[in-house]
Amino acid sequence: MMQKRKSGKVAGRAARALAGLGLALIVSVGGSLARADVTSEDEPQAISESGASMEESVPALTPEAPSLPEVTTNVASSTAQATNEHDAHAPVDYWSLLLVLVLATFIGIGVIGRVSRLLHTPLMSLTNAISAIAVVGSIVVTGADYPLEIRMFGAVALFASMTNIVSGFLITDRMLRMFKQKRGGAKQ
Amino acid sequence: MTHHIVQLSYVLAAILFIFSLYWMNDPKTARRGVFAGIFAMFLAVVSTWIQPGIIHHDWILVAIVLGFVVGIPLAMVPLTAVPQRTALSHAFGGLAAGLVGAAKYYLWSGEGSEQLTTFRMTAIVAEVILGFLTLTGSLLAAGKLQEIKWIPQRPVTYPLQNVSNILLLLAAVGLGALLVMDPTGPWAKFAFPGIIVLAMIFGVLLIIPIGGADMPTVISILNSYAGLAAVAMGFVLDNKLLIVAGALDGSSGLILSIIMCRAMNRSFTNVLFGAFGQVTAAKADGEERVYKSETIEGAAQVLEQAELVVIIPGYGMAVAQAQNRVRELYDQLVKRGITVKFAIHPVAGRMPGHMNVLLADADIPYNDLVEMDEINSDMPQCDVALVIGANDVVNPAARYDKSTPIYGMPIINADKAKTVFAIKRSKNPGFAGIDNELYFQDNTFMLFGDAKAVVGDLAKQLSGGSGMH
Repeated sequence: MMQKRKSGKVAGRAARALAGLGLALIVSVGGSLARADVTSEDEPQAISESGASMEESVPALTPEAPSLPEVTTNVASSTAQATNEHDAHAPVDYWSLLLVLVLATFIGIGVIGRVSRLLHTPLMSLTNAISAIAVVGSIVVTGADYPLEIRMFGAVALFASMTNIVSGFLITDRMLRMFKQKRGGAKQ
Repeated sequence: MTHHIVQLSYVLAAILFIFSLYWMNDPKTARRGVFAGIFAMFLAVVSTWIQPGIIHHDWILVAIVLGFVVGIPLAMVPLTAVPQRTALSHAFGGLAAGLVGAAKYYLWSGEGSEQLTTFRMTAIVAEVILGFLTLTGSLLAAGKLQEIKWIPQRPVTYPLQNVSNILLLLAAVGLGALLVMDPTGPWAKFAFPGIIVLAMIFGVLLIIPIGGADMPTVISILNSYAGLAAVAMGFVLDNKLLIVAGALDGSSGLILSIIMCRAMNRSFTNVLFGAFGQVTAAKADGEERVYKSETIEGAAQVLEQAELVVIIPGYGMAVAQAQNRVRELYDQLVKRGITVKFAIHPVAGRMPGHMNVLLADADIPYNDLVEMDEINSDMPQCDVALVIGANDVVNPAARYDKSTPIYGMPIINADKAKTVFAIKRSKNPGFAGIDNELYFQDNTFMLFGDAKAVVGDLAKQLSGGSGMH
């Protein structure tokens, strides 16, 4: 009980810090966009859009019941948007990328704030393995029709990510298997 | 068609990653989280690989096989080495991000300056700086944790350290800003490697003044950086799955850092720029204070009479490899109907949660591992507090003595117990280099010796001793 409240407080503090950080990011990216003079009429709308959804996501995370399904669909729908990194002339949709970042960070804080303190070491190796999703970028750089030197960079990056995936998941599972309840005692 | 399959599997992977972390809220469901993560990763890798744009498969295969070859032994390290392994994997994460950023920069600059838009160039600079500073910083942290001989364990400080570090970072950022404005200018081919070199130096200088007791915080902060590097990579590649996974990693590192900082009553800036651990040996004033020591037999007798025993482990227990002896002692006490709890300070061990893993490995049920905040209210009812290899986290001076570096740090209230036994190898002070007030209390008795031997003797005394008296 105590632990729930405490981690809630930590999560709240982190969320506040992040809200500030997110705003700063939006302002700075907005600034660089204005300088680059791209899609200037979209800008105010996009700012208000991401601002509004940030406000929405905060209360969604604070109550006891983790309203995961709604939040995930949010990310899901924006992830589903077509992206094609090979098409040079299609402008990158910065704002939806930023929105994904902000939402995912709030989800992360909400979910991680609830992780049992017993499991913080396995948590770190698990998030490590998960962030090795950089493997998808490395595969593209290694396997696409790029100059040789560039593909070499990709291959080393792919090796590094793959090492993290393999060792991260394996050691997390190895540690989690050790956590047992009272031996011989009735399972609660 | 492939495009839709790829995007759909990315969406599924994002959902599974979130559930994977969600299931970590309880040890009972946690393993499910690992399987969800593996499945998500498999989906993402396969669907990326089958894209029509991927035409060279040989190097991909080789790199993946090598990843298994290196990754499997890395997952088999002893649990005391888990912090090093974790730091090493932060380094790998940073390396991957930095290399992909560099690859994209050279690819796009080869295709002409219109490819390097302001947005892309900004993202690449952020990715490369974060990636390479995480690489060297984490390698150094791993080296410190592994206690490699030529890497200094104690904090290294020099005059104007913080100023020069910040100037270095500013130089890297400034070069980055120049590149953003003119990505393919004549000097760009010097500026880009320059950023990489500066970031790598900055990573080293950032970690070198941090030592000993701050390692759990440092690992958490580096975790956060590795996540941010992955996020920046997502911006460069316009890949939302990368952003989601990176943000999850980054926020996890952030929360763990906050918990660690709070457990030591310190701020982020203080950890990063404070050079903890080099503190005053000057306090060692002349007055000789006397420890009371106790024999194994005497301690065993007191333990036998107890109803509630709280064991307070520190990293010294793991160094002495005493976990299994501790479990033997635990078994002996539990057999007599004595309640035994382990009080876990958040910074016990060398990374967040490290002590829990070490004790779980020794087969101690996790129901008996209790957090500091919960156990402290029970300490006055505790008959015996047994301190094994812990020092600063039980020093009551943290509550009242403003002159100690640990003042204000939340501690486990071992001093409130009716009797305290502290096992200590020698009379040297702990990480923070200060005397422990606990050891001089009236109700404290020292058991000098190697933790493994002392705890083993205690367990033996309890198992055989009952018939002899």
